[in-house]
Amino acid sequence: MSILINKDTKLIVQGITGRDGGFHTSKMKAYGTNIVGGISPGKGGTDVDGVPVFNTVEEAVKETGANASVIFVPAPFAGDAILEASYAGVELVVCITEHVPVQDMMKVTPVLKRNGTKLVGANCPGLITPDECLIGILPGMIFKRGNVGLISRSGTLTYEVVNMLTEEGLGQSTCVGIGGDAVSGLYFIDLLEMYENDPETDAVVLIGEIGGDAEEQAAKFIKEKMTKPVVAFIAGQSAPPGKRMGHAGAIISSGSGTAEEKVKAFNEADVPVAKEPNEIPGLVKEKL
Amino acid sequence: MKIHEYQARNLFRKYGIPVPDGVVCHSVEEVEKNVPNDDKLRVVKAQVHAGGRGKAGGVKLAKSRAEAVEKAKEILGMDIKGLTVEKVMVADAVDIEKEFYVGLVNDRNTKSVTLMASAEGGVEIEEVAKTSPEKIIKLSIDPTMGLMDWQARKVALQLFDDPKQMRQAAAILVKLYKLYVATDSSLAEINPLVLTPDKKVLAIDGKMNFDDNALYRQPEILEMREVNEDEKKEIDANEKGLSYIKLDGSIGCMVNGAGLAMATMDMIKLYGGDPANFLDIGGSSNPQKVVDAMNILLSDKNVKAVMINIFGGITRCDDVAKGLVTALDEIKTDIPIVIRLSGTNAKEGQAIITEYGLPTVKTMSEAAKKAIELSKK
Repeated sequence: MSILINKDTKLIVQGITGRDGGFHTSKMKAYGTNIVGGISPGKGGTDVDGVPVFNTVEEAVKETGANASVIFVPAPFAGDAILEASYAGVELVVCITEHVPVQDMMKVTPVLKRNGTKLVGANCPGLITPDECLIGILPGMIFKRGNVGLISRSGTLTYEVVNMLTEEGLGQSTCVGIGGDAVSGLYFIDLLEMYENDPETDAVVLIGEIGGDAEEQAAKFIKEKMTKPVVAFIAGQSAPPGKRMGHAGAIISSGSGTAEEKVKAFNEADVPVAKEPNEIPGLVKEKL
Repeated sequence: MKIHEYQARNLFRKYGIPVPDGVVCHSVEEVEKNVPNDDKLRVVKAQVHAGGRGKAGGVKLAKSRAEAVEKAKEILGMDIKGLTVEKVMVADAVDIEKEFYVGLVNDRNTKSVTLMASAEGGVEIEEVAKTSPEKIIKLSIDPTMGLMDWQARKVALQLFDDPKQMRQAAAILVKLYKLYVATDSSLAEINPLVLTPDKKVLAIDGKMNFDDNALYRQPEILEMREVNEDEKKEIDANEKGLSYIKLDGSIGCMVNGAGLAMATMDMIKLYGGDPANFLDIGGSSNPQKVVDAMNILLSDKNVKAVMINIFGGITRCDDVAKGLVTALDEIKTDIPIVIRLSGTNAKEGQAIITEYGLPTVKTMSEAAKKAIELSKK
């Protein structure tokens, strides 16, 4: 078991003929992900690295039985790509594209809900169930199969932490990069609930950052609903207010969204917060 | 992206939201030229990208053109929260019977635009939210339907008893939402929205921000962009594929990835140093990017040491190291540099750096400590 993806996941790549789409298709395939098709309107019938290309998601799903999609199309078209996948009945959509306008994300939200589509991202590195399935741009070789779940708003910081966990012998069940935007798909609480119900996950690492109050909500959820231990880290403790720290969602506005408030909320929920990333493996070991 | 009050008012007017007449002036001469010579009561307002203008003395009443000129002279060139006032708006003053707040904002939690309104207008809404949140009316707007007339009326009914006034306010709300969506706004506030003694509902002060990610499809909004020196650097960096924010410390940071960049800044702070910037070079080993990044970093004269923190994922550390060496060859600087490479092919990368004659360290904390130490020499 694991969450969201496993060896039975059949993936299609939207934007497979683009530079990033093509490159990461090969990487994902090499990792062992079952990529059944790609989408590139007008290029149907061709192939990329042996993966058949279709004109529409609908056609690809019909032909291949795909149940997951990863999106590499440029930002102006990402919202539409998400909608196309959702209307084609794809269960899980992972949007890697960054700089997607917020209003495009808000427009897709009610459609996803109506169609029962799960979205990860946008502006995210993707997710992985080690040894079974990798979707996105994560460097597969640093991950190791195990019992620690991980959720993060960041990319490289996630790799940093995963690398430390792996080096300390702490393997991972599923790691999910939920993305750095203000309006995204699945978020902390959705995933914490999945980890709580996943027999293979025994502890969860949550990597949050400044901006919004999702960490505070997560803390409340952990306190009330979770039996499994959670260890947290918050990036951006030294960030100045009003400035967007790279991620569109990482901004402290009018005194809310600060790291202090988030750390406090976790402390109140008995969730240890690492002061620096290299404390995380130790804290996880203590809790296991 | 932020715009000035007068620009927000122009947008309001374009969308049919009533605002009092006013002119924007860049100099005292322009006030003399553009403001009619009469004894009408006017308000002279500093146009800067900062809140709290009134408290800072940037908003003054004037009873005549002569007085408007006087007040403009006082306000132009004034410093408000570190920003120099370069223009003022001279607008007709309006008699106010009652003040309200209305605003639209992107709400992360509901993943929709949220309308906020309050009978407590004219004060900072954040203050109201803190002290008496029950006084703020909130409504989530379905993005597929937009703000429906009945919803606008429902909110307006809670602010106005008189049906005529209520309808004026509801119409303003619907127009504000249309403007918000059409311009990819991320914040639109009318504060205050006022009721005049002759029962007109008017927008007196407006504030609008826009989604940076959507500026590509908002050429009219982009034209309104005005940037100060620091922001100019940030935008230049963006055009080179870098994400840069200038801070006040002495340790320059170059990192791949926004989260790791934030964590690196935190680490420097944790060990008693001060980061000079946030700088995310993204996920490429392109030497040109490193050169651009170093040039931006070193253009900040406060920088006494540089900490480079790279996690090699798909981009391997040895490739990054080669990029760094090429870049450093080109730049040649006396500022000490600490390099930390981790992840894929870290050892090979470190070997390349060591051979080049620069120290490498293993962990982020070591790198931070070392950079702080070097910055003090």
